[in-house]
This record gives sequence, C-alpha cells and structure tokens, in this order.
Amino acid sequence: MLEIKNVSLDVGNNGHNIKILKDLNFTFKEKKLYVITGPNGGGKSSLAKIIMGIYKPADGRIILDGLDITNFDITQRANLGIRYAFQQPPRFKGIKVRKLLTIAAGDAAEKTDLCGLLQDVGLCSQDYLDREVDGSLSGGELKRIEMATVMARRVKIAVFDEPEAGIDLWSFQKLGETFKNLHEKYDTTIIIISHQERILSLADEVMVLADGRIKEVTSKERIMAEIAAGAGDCRCGQDCGKGVGRNVDCIG
Amino acid sequence: MLTALDNELLEKIADLHNIPIGAYNIRKNGEGVSRNTTANIDIITKKDQPGIDVRIKPGTKGESVHVPVIMSASGLTDVVYNTFEVGAGSEVLIVAGCGIHNPGDQNSQHDGIHHFFVREGSRMKYVEKHYGEGKGKGERILNPKTIIEVEADGIVELEMVQIKGVDHAERVTEIHLQKNARLIITERLLTYLSQEAESKIIVELDGEDSTAQVISRSVAQDHSKQKFYFNLVGKNKCRGHVQCDSIIMHQAKVFSIPEISALHQEAQLVHEAAIGKIASDQLIKLMSLGLSEKEAEDTVLKGFLK
Ligand SMILES: Nc1ncnc2c1ncn2[C@@H]1O[C@H](COP(=O)(O)OP(=O)(O)OP(=O)(O)O)[C@@H](O)[C@H]1O
Ligand SMILES: [Mg+2]
Repeated sequence: MLEIKNVSLDVGNNGHNIKILKDLNFTFKEKKLYVITGPNGGGKSSLAKIIMGIYKPADGRIILDGLDITNFDITQRANLGIRYAFQQPPRFKGIKVRKLLTIAAGDAAEKTDLCGLLQDVGLCSQDYLDREVDGSLSGGELKRIEMATVMARRVKIAVFDEPEAGIDLWSFQKLGETFKNLHEKYDTTIIIISHQERILSLADEVMVLADGRIKEVTSKERIMAEIAAGAGDCRCGQDCGKGVGRNVDCIG
Repeated sequence: MLTALDNELLEKIADLHNIPIGAYNIRKNGEGVSRNTTANIDIITKKDQPGIDVRIKPGTKGESVHVPVIMSASGLTDVVYNTFEVGAGSEVLIVAGCGIHNPGDQNSQHDGIHHFFVREGSRMKYVEKHYGEGKGKGERILNPKTIIEVEADGIVELEMVQIKGVDHAERVTEIHLQKNARLIITERLLTYLSQEAESKIIVELDGEDSTAQVISRSVAQDHSKQKFYFNLVGKNKCRGHVQCDSIIMHQAKVFSIPEISALHQEAQLVHEAAIGKIASDQLIKLMSLGLSEKEAEDTVLKGFLK
C-alpha cells in the first residue's frame, strides 16, 4: 500500500517557484491496477517521480506499507520494490539490452528468463538481447525495453509512464495482456499513466490529474459505462473535444 | 627472464597470460628479451637504430604478432623504431602496447615509432594498449607515433586503448589510404588525477573510394587534461567520418579540435564532436533499478569505454 499524504511539489523556474502538485492525497492499494490520466502538463510524470524519489516533495509524506519513505533516495526506494518506467527512457552507449535487464533483475538475475521478458513486451529476444541500448533502437523498441526493466523482478509498486507511446496499434492488445499477467503473477500494484482508452479499460480505478490536483477518481465500470453510452465527452480534464484517448479507434 | 610482475604487465597490455602463440618479440627495459618467428613471419633486429623489422609473407592468414614493451625500472628513456611489412593478401593481428611499472621517483619514458606498410588487399588489425603503474613519484610517459600506409583494397582496423596509469601521453597517428582502402579507428581513453593525454590523428584519403571511420571516446576525471586533434584530408572521391565523444567529470579539461579538409569535389567528410558530463537521466534510471549512485556512474562509464 502506497500512501500519498498532503504532497506538494515546487520547482524553481528562473528564481520563481511554481507549484506543480498541490496537496495531493491518495492511497494506492495492494494488487490494484490504477490508471492516471489528464491533460499534458497536469502533473502525472511529476507524481511518478515523487513516488520513485526523483523529485522531493516540498510538503507531505509518502508511506509504503506503513514505512515513511519521504526521505529515502532513489536507490533505497528501488530496493524496497518501487519501479518506474520513464516516459522518455535514456539511451546508453555501450550497454547491451542483456546487461540492462540483468541490472534490472538484480539478485534474481540468474533465475530470470530474459528471453521471456522481452517476449512479454513483444520483442524477439534473439534479435534484441545483444543490441546496445543506444541511438540505434527505435523509439518504440526503447519504450518496450524500458517496460521490461520494470518487469524484470517482482516489485510492490510499478509505475509505467505512457507505455503506449510509440507502440504500434497491432501490439496494443498484447500489451494489455502483459499488464494483466504482471498483475496476477506478482500481485504488483500497477500504476499506468496513459491517455489510451484501451488502457483505461484495464483499470480498477482511474485518477484524473489536472493542474496539479486530483480532479476525479472513478471506477473502470463508470468509465466503461460512459464509453458504452457513447459519451464521447472528454475525460482528460480539458475541453479538448473528444480527441484524447480515442485515436486508436479513429485510426484503427 | 620474465618475472611475475612482467607477466602482469603483459597481461594488461596484450591480454597475454604467458608467452604468446605465434610470432612475438618482447622488449624489456630497452632490450629484446625473447622472440619467436614462424614460417611466415620473420622478426629481424634493426642494425642502424633500436627496433625491429617484422616481415609478414604475402598471403599469411590467421596469424598474429605480439610486440609488447615492458618497463620496470625508474629513470629510463627508451626509443624504439619498429617497421612492419604486411605482405599482399594477408590477414593478421598485430598487438603492441607498453606497460610501465615505475617503482622509483625518476621518470620512465617509452617512445615507440611504428611504421606499417599494409600491402595490396591485406587486412590488418592493430591493437595498441597502454598501461602504467607503480607507486613512486616518477612519471610514466608514453609518446607513441604510428604511421600506416594502406595500399589498394587494404583494410586496417586500429584499436588504441589507454585507461589510467599513464601520466603523460602524446600520441600521433598518421595514415595514408590508397584506392579503395578502408580504415576504422577506435580510440578509448581514460585519464584521472593530474594526467595529461594528447591524441593527434591525421588520415589522408589519397585514393579513390577510400573510406575512414574514427570513433573516439574518452573520459576525463579529477584534474586531468585531454586534447584531441583530428584531421581527415580528402584528396580524392572518398568518405570519412569522425565521431568523438568525451565525458567530462570533476575539474578535468577536454579540448577537441576538429578539422576536415576536402581537396576534391567528391570528398564527403563528416566530423561530430561532443563533450559533456554524464547525463543525469542515465544515472537516475540505473539508480531506479537499485544501483547506488557510484555503481550507476561506473556502469555508464564502463559501457561508454567498451
Ligand atoms: N523540473 C522541472 N522544471 C520546471 N518545470 C517542470 C519540471 N518538471 C515538471 N515541470 C512542469 O510541471 C508541469 C507538470 O509536468 P509533468 O511532466 O508532470 O506533466 P504530465 O502530466 O506528465 O504531462 P504529459 O502528459 O505531457 O506527459 C508541467 O507544466 C511541466 O512543465
Ligand atoms: Mg508525463
């Protein structure tokens, strides 16, 4: 269980402090799958970075299974079982996919089936294990490998930041199954930041984050009911027409 | 003749755990100490100056020559001229390198001048590693000069590695490429403490359709200083690409001076150079997989210099 209590985040911008997250309160419960959605710049990635320890909150506490981890650094949190798949993963010159996944698997590296891991994210292991995680990988390949690093070991909390970005439509179905499997296999609390309807449909709960605040928390049932009712209205928190989240259906 | 310390130096510079297989010439503290020749590869001591002539018969395939130099005394300056004749149609691996163990407070210096003639259609891989150690105040100085003439259709792969240990290095590499000759240089350099290293690479693309690719990666730590100078000179229809990347840390300084000179309308030359610190998102990513900051840094650097 991960509790976010009265969390605020400020970032300095030319001597000006701007509030990115404003007094957030939320509890991510065990074994649930959450989707966070909302407009660009709403604060989704910032919340993920607060959870991973990349950003330090100006105020508030973060509690993991009763342990106050607010002052824990990134490494400590990683070792407690928190993982974050970046929205924009870095590339590494000279580091092979195999090496990165081995680091990701940690103590369990010897027992980890790296090939299976790559298959879970839709990559053919033979082609990829010995490739370098450098500029030669395509954007979608890099995103998939990033996801695999988070799935490489059993964790308590896994945050995926827009996993669908750059993933082709054909692989989309597979991705949904992968999240479900991960969820069932390891009892991991999964938090997916996404604008995608098909990912929304996986959620136990959907959080809408806009302008640094939680605007709404709804159930999948309600979201799906709205979709079924043909409510093409915008759930992204902004009056965007009905664009966001429907692209797949439009294109597909 | 070779002590345990000598063997350790040999291992560092030539990946040799013992006496190498194939042709070799081991030079220690300014003198040749052991040598082996094969039916195809002859090694002859020069008469007019210190050094050796290595003669590889045309058509020699799959053989190697090791010519390591080790220095284990303080206050020594060793200058050596080696000439390599790689006969037409050969395929050989040549491993040179210098390991210095300077136990004392006087400087130890090795200046190796290597001249290669890679004849028509030959393929040569040349590996040069530098390594220094020793606790005394004496500096470990290496000033290698490498000149390679590559005849038509020749392929040369050049690997130059210097990771720590050498206090002062000035390296000059000069290469001439004839028609259809191909060159790939990979350079890896890491300096720390107050070490200084300079590398100057000049490639003349004389022949039609000759190609050159230079990939240089370096890491400068502490107060060390690095200076790079690259020049690709396109004198014919040719292609050349230099890519040099440096990671700078602490109070180090890195100077990179690129030059590409096109003397022919169909010369196609590219130079890319970048200097920067380790990207913070790389460190953050690795830390978020459970590595400490130090481990993350080592992982990034190790990959970069691989
Ligand atoms: N380090 C930073 N410095 C300055 N501004 C920042 C920083 N990090 C985030 N912000 C700002 O905070 C706001 C929230 O950013 P965040 O990345 O959390 O948005 P997001 O909801 O993930 O958006 P998107 O859907 O585009 O990924 C944005 O306005 C962003 O510009
Ligand atoms: Mg984001």
